[in-house]
Amino acid sequence: MNTATESHVTDEHKDWIPLLDLATREVFQMMMSSELGLLDTGTEPNMDITSMVGLAGRLCGMLSVRCTQKLGALIASKMLGTDPDSNGPEVADACGEVANMVAGNFKNKISGLNDGCMLSVPTVVTGRDYSLRSLADYPALEVRLQLEGMPIVVLLEIHS
Amino acid sequence: MNSIRALIVDDSSVMRKIVERSLNQAGIKLAEVLEAGNGAEALAVLQASKVDLILCDINMPVMDGLEFIKQLGSVENAKGVPVVMITTEGSEAHVVQALSSGARGYIRKPFTQEQIRERVLPILAGQT
Repeated sequence: MNTATESHVTDEHKDWIPLLDLATREVFQMMMSSELGLLDTGTEPNMDITSMVGLAGRLCGMLSVRCTQKLGALIASKMLGTDPDSNGPEVADACGEVANMVAGNFKNKISGLNDGCMLSVPTVVTGRDYSLRSLADYPALEVRLQLEGMPIVVLLEIHS
Repeated sequence: MNSIRALIVDDSSVMRKIVERSLNQAGIKLAEVLEAGNGAEALAVLQASKVDLILCDINMPVMDGLEFIKQLGSVENAKGVPVVMITTEGSEAHVVQALSSGARGYIRKPFTQEQIRERVLPILAGQT
């Protein structure tokens, strides 16, 4: 079963969805010893944290990882071995690093892409009252997963 | 193996802590861990302190890891100190550039404890 939204994805990039899924799962396995599960279809949770990494070069676009504040705190605690109830700056820092590692791990899996694609440093936005618009040329690739019942959504918007 | 002084260079404080914890879990005894948020900060740290090992990210603001390695040669305290890159940038070009600039090892994020152990311990033991 595929975890991603495929209906609007072009054939050119459709093969990348399982790689995006795998890249995300590996980050959680290797850095947090955690297994991500599938997110139930139709679940539209309110996300408080959006971590973004830009891609430039052979692939231009933006990869974002969205999750709730509660999951962000859990991610930080798993990465640092600290209190999962923390709400400090380490939560945004940890979420930014997750986006950075997912983006890097993803491009490392695509033949010919790794050498010609650079990543930006991560940017993390917290809160819900904002809209985000990327000047993408293609429909986004989306992977919807969950950790301990809390959703995590990875979006790859491709410019050209 | 004796206790070592390590310098961890990464713009993410979370990642610096993860690397420190990974070194501990790899069985590397740390007498002291110094931290820097970018290459320029790391050069300043090294002007004042001697270390036995440097672990460095590539993508950082102000001064990235590749520029940092290039400038290390001008720092007396850094001469002969092994540098291991720990980065999401896994391209062959980056690996070649880092190694040709003097890095002794290259670890891609995400990484496992085993990878830290396998890449760093031989360097500290003088095997690479």
